[in-house]
Amino acid sequence: MKFIETLLNGLSMGSTYAMIALGYTMVYGIAKMLNFAHGDIIMVGGYMIFLSMTAVGNPVLGLAAAVIFCVVLGITIEKIAYKPLRGASPLAVLITAIGVSYLLQSSAQMIFGSAPKMVIIADLGNLEFAGLKVPVYTLVTLGCSVVIMLALNLFVKYTKIGRAMIAVSEDKGAAQLMGINVNGIITVTFAIGSALAAFAGFFMLMKSPSLTNTLGAMPGIKAFTAAVIGGIGSIPGAMVGGILIGVVEAISLTVPAIAAYTDAIEFLILIVILLVRPTGILGKKRREKV
Amino acid sequence: MAGKIKNIKWKYYINYIAIAIFTVVFSVMSFTGNLSSSNIYLLEKIAIAVMLSVSLSVVVGFLGELSLGHAGFMCVGAYLGGKASCILEPVLGNGVLTLIISLIAGGVIAALCGIIIGLPALRLKGDYLAIVTLAFGEIVRSLFMNSSDESFGGSLGLNTPRYDKNILYIIAFVLVLLCLAVLQNLIRSKHGRAITSIRDNEIAARATGINVTKYKLAVFTVSSFFAGIAGVLYSYSNFTVQSTKFSYNYSIEILVMVVLGGMGSINGSIIAATLITFLDVKLQTILTGNLAVLQDLFYALVLIILVIYNNAPGLKSFRETNNLKSIFNKIRKPKRDPSRRADDEAKWDRVPTKIEMNEILSVEIQPTSSTVEPDRKENKND
Repeated sequence: MKFIETLLNGLSMGSTYAMIALGYTMVYGIAKMLNFAHGDIIMVGGYMIFLSMTAVGNPVLGLAAAVIFCVVLGITIEKIAYKPLRGASPLAVLITAIGVSYLLQSSAQMIFGSAPKMVIIADLGNLEFAGLKVPVYTLVTLGCSVVIMLALNLFVKYTKIGRAMIAVSEDKGAAQLMGINVNGIITVTFAIGSALAAFAGFFMLMKSPSLTNTLGAMPGIKAFTAAVIGGIGSIPGAMVGGILIGVVEAISLTVPAIAAYTDAIEFLILIVILLVRPTGILGKKRREKV
Repeated sequence: MAGKIKNIKWKYYINYIAIAIFTVVFSVMSFTGNLSSSNIYLLEKIAIAVMLSVSLSVVVGFLGELSLGHAGFMCVGAYLGGKASCILEPVLGNGVLTLIISLIAGGVIAALCGIIIGLPALRLKGDYLAIVTLAFGEIVRSLFMNSSDESFGGSLGLNTPRYDKNILYIIAFVLVLLCLAVLQNLIRSKHGRAITSIRDNEIAARATGINVTKYKLAVFTVSSFFAGIAGVLYSYSNFTVQSTKFSYNYSIEILVMVVLGGMGSINGSIIAATLITFLDVKLQTILTGNLAVLQDLFYALVLIILVIYNNAPGLKSFRETNNLKSIFNKIRKPKRDPSRRADDEAKWDRVPTKIEMNEILSVEIQPTSSTVEPDRKENKND
């Protein structure tokens, strides 16, 4: 029974990580860059939820505001900071992304201060069923993310824009020759990633209501770890990696002997997996051309 | 010819000379009692920062791999060097011998970690490597944070002996000079050129017979060795070593120094590290509360703008016309070049190179002949 509770908790954490990881992996697949600032978009979404919750009090409206704001922010960041660097060395892009991450964190601290804000979205209580005691928010998180991920999969597979995204990630030049607006697709990718980040922020605040300017930093890195474990650039890979990291975290947190080393264990898994399969579990091997 | 060699030498040794003069000036100041203890602490911090940024600069600027775990290597050095000095202090006293042994211990163990992290680095590159080094830093930090109180102090941190502060910063600057000597000579040697060739094009470097594996591992080892040494110095300049200091944010701070100084420029890293540390400490007292963030905000903006300015493909022509050199040239009085004056005297501008309008109009076109004939006529005339 305890194990099933832990597993459910892990699945819900994992689906949150998977949502963030999707943002990383899609941007990586399409723009070939590591968007280090992705984790901080979660934090910005969190603050938007906080602001709209204090103004209106409705969590759904708060989520909507956060999603819209994050999408606009994601597109703006892409246009201002990353677009001029298209074609530059990956190192330069990565460093710019780190700069953007720093910028977001410090501007949030500037505006909202460093003291944590309490955002109580809704007290959903626990669900007791056949000896199981499961907090409702884990089920909500799990349900919502499954729906979102399914929708995303369908979107990528069956819509014109989604197929264009696959084309751009396969071969940018050829996609452009086929009449695909590559810049537009990259913008759409950033928009989707940022919207997913806003959802992840909502789920994270549902789990623990304390909101600081570093809310997204560590989950962002763990989600990126998840994306790399799953094979970066691969959408199912991000989901597998996210769930794996979430379940490992939940199990490790319940074992007293290793609870303190949870982060270390997750990163160790990353290093081991990369050593065995440098492209991740579901990643495709790309041969480098001269 | 002799003058040319002299020039090169001057350029090569200018940073050693500058740091040596710096150290001598400050040590004279401190022995005459003109240096406050807060400024001594600042000097120690600057020495540590310079060492960290120069050693990271070799990995990022010359090898072209991004390491986000530099603070992790420093952490290893700080804890193990600090532990060594704790153990040795009752036996050997808090003297130079203890310092040297703990420096070597911290440095060597950090270098071993560098080898361990360098091994996966051989299979990975770019973003993957960055995330592995980041993961390494966090693992190390987590291990020290959760260590038992007797071994490494756990979450409270390890209490380390503070070295005599009137001497420590001088030792620190001497170590900076040593670090510079090793790294600069490495970069300027045949091996250094091999390293930069790996940065420019790894496949081409491999094709020309450069042992990429060996060089990557060597760079990681040397760089983490000096990060470890910087860590030991840190443990000596502070009473406690706390694992929270070495989070990946600190690695990024070091990276900011390297990038602001200019990638692939050791002197730039030195200047940026000095400036940022100086500003950090001096602004701490001025900017308090939420204003303290202004500084981070400023660094972030400068980082973004500088990287975009230096790397954006679209700004290439802008960069060529608006850089430090061209601005400097504009300010400097334009010198007249004697060889160019000779050209002026030849009055090249008077030599007709253009076809005048009436010349074209004067070409006769005969209405009866075909269009080819006038051309032939002209050729014959020529």
